[in-house]
Amino acid sequence: MTTAKPAESPRPSLTSEAPLDVQRVRRDFPILQQQVRGRPLVYLDNAATSQKPHQVIDTLTRYYTKENSNIHRGVHYLSELATTKYEATRSTVKRFINAGEEREIVFVRGTTEGLNLVAQSFGRQRVGEGDEVIISTMEHHSNIVPWQMLCEERGARLRVIPINDDGELLLDEYEKLLSPRTKLVSVVHVSNSLGTINPIKRIIETAHAQGVPVAIDGAQAAPHLRLDVQDLDCDFYTFSGHKLFGPTGIGVLYGKAEHLEAMPPYQGGGDMIKSVTFEKTTYNDLPYKFEAGTPHIAGVIGLGAAIDYVEGIGLDRIGAHESELLRYGIERLSAIDGLKLIGTAGHKASILSFVLDGVHPHDVGSILDGEGIAIRTGHHCTQPVMERFGIAATARASLAFYNTKEEIDALVEGIHHVSEVMG
Amino acid sequence: MSELRELYQEIVLDHNSRPRNFKEIEDADRVVEGYNPLCGDKIMLYVKFEGDTIADIGFQGTGCAISRASASLMTQQVKGRNVAQAEKLFDRFHEMVTGNVDGDLDFEDLGDLEVMAGVSNFPSRVKCATLSWHSLRSALKSQEAHVTTE
Repeated sequence: MTTAKPAESPRPSLTSEAPLDVQRVRRDFPILQQQVRGRPLVYLDNAATSQKPHQVIDTLTRYYTKENSNIHRGVHYLSELATTKYEATRSTVKRFINAGEEREIVFVRGTTEGLNLVAQSFGRQRVGEGDEVIISTMEHHSNIVPWQMLCEERGARLRVIPINDDGELLLDEYEKLLSPRTKLVSVVHVSNSLGTINPIKRIIETAHAQGVPVAIDGAQAAPHLRLDVQDLDCDFYTFSGHKLFGPTGIGVLYGKAEHLEAMPPYQGGGDMIKSVTFEKTTYNDLPYKFEAGTPHIAGVIGLGAAIDYVEGIGLDRIGAHESELLRYGIERLSAIDGLKLIGTAGHKASILSFVLDGVHPHDVGSILDGEGIAIRTGHHCTQPVMERFGIAATARASLAFYNTKEEIDALVEGIHHVSEVMG
Repeated sequence: MSELRELYQEIVLDHNSRPRNFKEIEDADRVVEGYNPLCGDKIMLYVKFEGDTIADIGFQGTGCAISRASASLMTQQVKGRNVAQAEKLFDRFHEMVTGNVDGDLDFEDLGDLEVMAGVSNFPSRVKCATLSWHSLRSALKSQEAHVTTE
């Protein structure tokens, strides 16, 4: 279970809220109103990046039109305004993931930077020769390579939790991998190529029972699941703004204050210091110690608008709508001759990865593109997952709350068309 | 749709389902692995020379219809040609699929390869069409045994 209350699928709303009015929310997304290749755009590549509602776009425009200024050290009106808005997003994020303190929220470029920060600062402090770091087979390359780099530098070893044919972690194997040599576990909350929602609360509990800290890659979870980092008790949690209907180039790293306090800075520069002389530099307090240089101020403020937007709709309503879309998508895709779904976990997010007999995913992608349907094809930066399933690539349709059953129908029709074109 | 039909025309689909020279050459003079990091596709290209002439050529590996058909068509076109002629074909083929044309706008000199012209409407697929060609050029120049499309 990933969250305390209604996070599991199907997720009925606990409130008396009406179901999601999908046509109404679609009107918030200008990009969805357009035609692509002469057809209405069917955007099913949300796991790569999500579209942005006008509430986010307008916030960015307003920022650059009326509020742009550098933050934290200015004494003038605009600098104070920008600082207030920047820090207000920290408070929004704290609420969004239910962190204990605002200083536990560090703004980074995205999930990749969040993971690299943990590896380079926390990891280098803790991992030594002969030690081990545990990840899983279904990690995105961004949760593999930083640990490989660390292990190589330190003479440590990377251990990998295997998965079953449905794309679920083998927790018994995980427990066997944990040992006194284990210094850190870093796993993905929701797999980007399989859709699997991992039981991270249990994974964290198991590691903590042996005193091992756990980092979570939440890139694909944040847009779909209600998060509660205190309930999860994770040591680090990181996600990207652009998959959460916010701007690119901005993300969040949550870390427990006790860890962040003890960690050395990741980058040096302005804003991360209290005082600098050539003899000695005193580092700034949390979270500024980890925010060297002028940050992506517009991105942070835009991320705040995105979270406000998502919370305005409500993650329970989003979850209920996406669960129904996923159920419908699985039903329709499974009925197609020669189509095989990759990633059939019992508990999964709205990601539909598939292969078609005799047709390479790239050809599927191009032919669907010809009908205005945007999907992703390739290895999705998860080459070990492809190897595990003995395939080079998949076609992947990933759904967001603004997608509809009609769009899944268009996808199914498009896949039939692929078979016609390819003969 | 017409652009798609142009991309996936019958000759292309035929070379995809029945690739020519789809074989390993055991006594090849050059063996090159071509890799497209974008999609993970890999091909092995085998070239056997007689003097300056490509006496035999074969390929193996997995890939999309565009990369398979392109490799198959390429092997047919370069077999029996000398290195300079093959390199000239590479340049012309590259011009055609990227749409960056320096030479003649008419690609009749490319023979059957002309069926790949539709790729120029799909920039994301240019690398699929050129993977085998980059591998060939590497084999001809004998610089490295592993090439990527990057």
